[in-house]
Amino acid sequence: MTDASTNSAPAARKGASLHRTDPRTRRRNGAERRFRLYGAAAISMGLLFLCVLAVSIIRSGAPAFTHAVVEVEFTLSEAQFEEAESQLLKTAVYERYFNAALTAQLRDAGFDVAFDENTIRRIIGKTGGTIRSYYRADPDRVGESVTLDLPVSSRVNGYIKGRVTRENLLDSRFLTQADLDLVDAMRDRGLIETKFNWGFLTGKDSGVDNPGGAGIGASVVGSFFMMLVVLVLSLPIGVAASIYLEEFAPRNWFTDMIEVNISNLAAVPSIVFGILGLAVFIQFMHLPQSAPLVGGLVLTLMTLPTIIISTRASLKAVPPSIRDAALGVGASKMQSVFHHVLPLAMPGILTGTIIGLAQALGETAPLLLIGMVGFVARQYPDGVVDGFLDPNSAMPAQIYTWASRADPAFYEKAWGGIIVLLVFLLAMNIVAIILRRRFERRW
Amino acid sequence: MKVIDMYDAPHTGRTVTSNDIKISARNVNVFYGDNHAIKDVSVDIEDKMVTAFIGPSGCGKSTFLRCLNRMNDTIESSRIEGTICIDDEDIYDRRVDPVQLRAKVGMVFQKPNPFPKSIYDNVAYGPKIHGMARNKAELDEIVEKALRRGAIWDEVKDRLHAPGTGLSGGQQQRLCIARAVATEPEVLLMDEPCSALDPIATAQVEELIDELRQDYSVVIVTHSMQQAARVSQKTAFFHLGNLVEYGETGKIFTNPEDSRTEAYITGRIG
Repeated sequence: MTDASTNSAPAARKGASLHRTDPRTRRRNGAERRFRLYGAAAISMGLLFLCVLAVSIIRSGAPAFTHAVVEVEFTLSEAQFEEAESQLLKTAVYERYFNAALTAQLRDAGFDVAFDENTIRRIIGKTGGTIRSYYRADPDRVGESVTLDLPVSSRVNGYIKGRVTRENLLDSRFLTQADLDLVDAMRDRGLIETKFNWGFLTGKDSGVDNPGGAGIGASVVGSFFMMLVVLVLSLPIGVAASIYLEEFAPRNWFTDMIEVNISNLAAVPSIVFGILGLAVFIQFMHLPQSAPLVGGLVLTLMTLPTIIISTRASLKAVPPSIRDAALGVGASKMQSVFHHVLPLAMPGILTGTIIGLAQALGETAPLLLIGMVGFVARQYPDGVVDGFLDPNSAMPAQIYTWASRADPAFYEKAWGGIIVLLVFLLAMNIVAIILRRRFERRW
Repeated sequence: MKVIDMYDAPHTGRTVTSNDIKISARNVNVFYGDNHAIKDVSVDIEDKMVTAFIGPSGCGKSTFLRCLNRMNDTIESSRIEGTICIDDEDIYDRRVDPVQLRAKVGMVFQKPNPFPKSIYDNVAYGPKIHGMARNKAELDEIVEKALRRGAIWDEVKDRLHAPGTGLSGGQQQRLCIARAVATEPEVLLMDEPCSALDPIATAQVEELIDELRQDYSVVIVTHSMQQAARVSQKTAFFHLGNLVEYGETGKIFTNPEDSRTEAYITGRIG
């Protein structure tokens, strides 16, 4: 009350009209308006960056999901099959059959261009092996008329998608200007079509020389087995550790130290966990290199602090009155925790776990050191046990491998891989939101 | 034991008989870290009677109440000296399991705190963990009896499986009382049970407390002196951790011995 006398402009308040804002109020309102503006600007900037990122990822990655294929009607007679299999160079015979069929088909379509085997090779690649394995996989197809969709070579694919242009193409043993004339003509007549590339989603990684055949499927499986290991280990260990620390452990310097160290662990660079994994799991325990099991163990170490911190936060958020109520009716400490506190903390725990898993799913650095990067995931694991123990890649490791390969077609694959990874992350976050909604209870 | 007319003004015709001693505390000292919260309190609480603890905020009445069922054990820095006996058994004896003690000494808290479960589960929880029912029918019976004792049965009997948190504040508090009596305690501790309730709900809870006195020894902490006067037969006045005066409610409110009690009751301190 005595403040009024020390106020510099008390007279302005007294008797002043409410219809006129005094300068002080105006200044305050101005400050508030500016602050809102800053906030809106910050959010817009964030959204803008997000949009730019999303657009650039989708633009660069979308081509990985389509590929150009040559559709060829082809019939292999019983006699041809017998003959080819009796030769020494079997694939060459298949290639000859195929080229004959394709030439005939092109003639029918009205081509009068002179082309040889090499042209076809340059456009479609070596077809013999593909065709032979196609028929050997299902011998019943011999004698039937089938339509083969053969993906074009990566350079022709690049030409069709616009990555390779006539201007920047130098005639080489890989592709010539004349080949492009043929490609254009084939596209005009509908012999080359662009189709959705299922092979990218289901396929395995290919060698450096065949970007067209590379798919992310095998590494999705690798990531899946890793996440399984992470989930099975980190959720029970993390939740048990946090319950003990939060509800049962005495507060002393030792638990304080553990607490500080858990927070520190959450901030340790992931590559350090990679080195630890290499030293402990591979060099000391002799677990197999490049195996999803080892990857999962390393990522478990990384995920644990995240899960512990979020679990403890959600346990703390349960009102103490609930604990009192349970203890008050004679529940033991453990009963009060497991019957009342834990169910209420569940949404938070699940969200934290899924966010930890999502982090682990996108982690590349620790995988560098345990040999999951650079490993070419050429095959799917044969079973569940092999899924854990056979060398495999993981999605982010696969993306990294592709991005470091020379052929620009792999660059496109890397972007496509990023899209697949982001779709998985998005799906996990949606699951987290749904679980949170479902389990959330008010008290 | 004589009939006691509760709703008479405290100074007219209140009669109190003396019962058996249920709880007897001797030289109780409680420390929170370095803070000496309860100073040398000795008190005898009688059976089948409502005892009120009054006093200004921070005087230690809630702390002392929480000593009676060892709820202070959950606060790590707390330390207690002296003895508290219930039925001549020291509850701080090493052989006493606080969980067993709390089944015998029920507690109702300041803020209604039903579990975020159904009304039925709220009441059934205690009997379940103490194995008081052998089958569903017995449990149903226990729940109904407890809800009737909590004077809330008629309001909730059609929606036993609705969430307990959906009830009004007064109903929630009566549900919490029903939950506390479901385990058939011998002593019922109430820590300002009406502080979050409106006058009508308060009246209902007070009426309930009076009924509960038939079977339990009730100890109630309250900030409202009118409430203490209305519901209790004995009143203890705490001030700065000391038990200043303890005696029959009528006498405390009309003719206190200690000047501090008089000052508090007339509104000069607190």
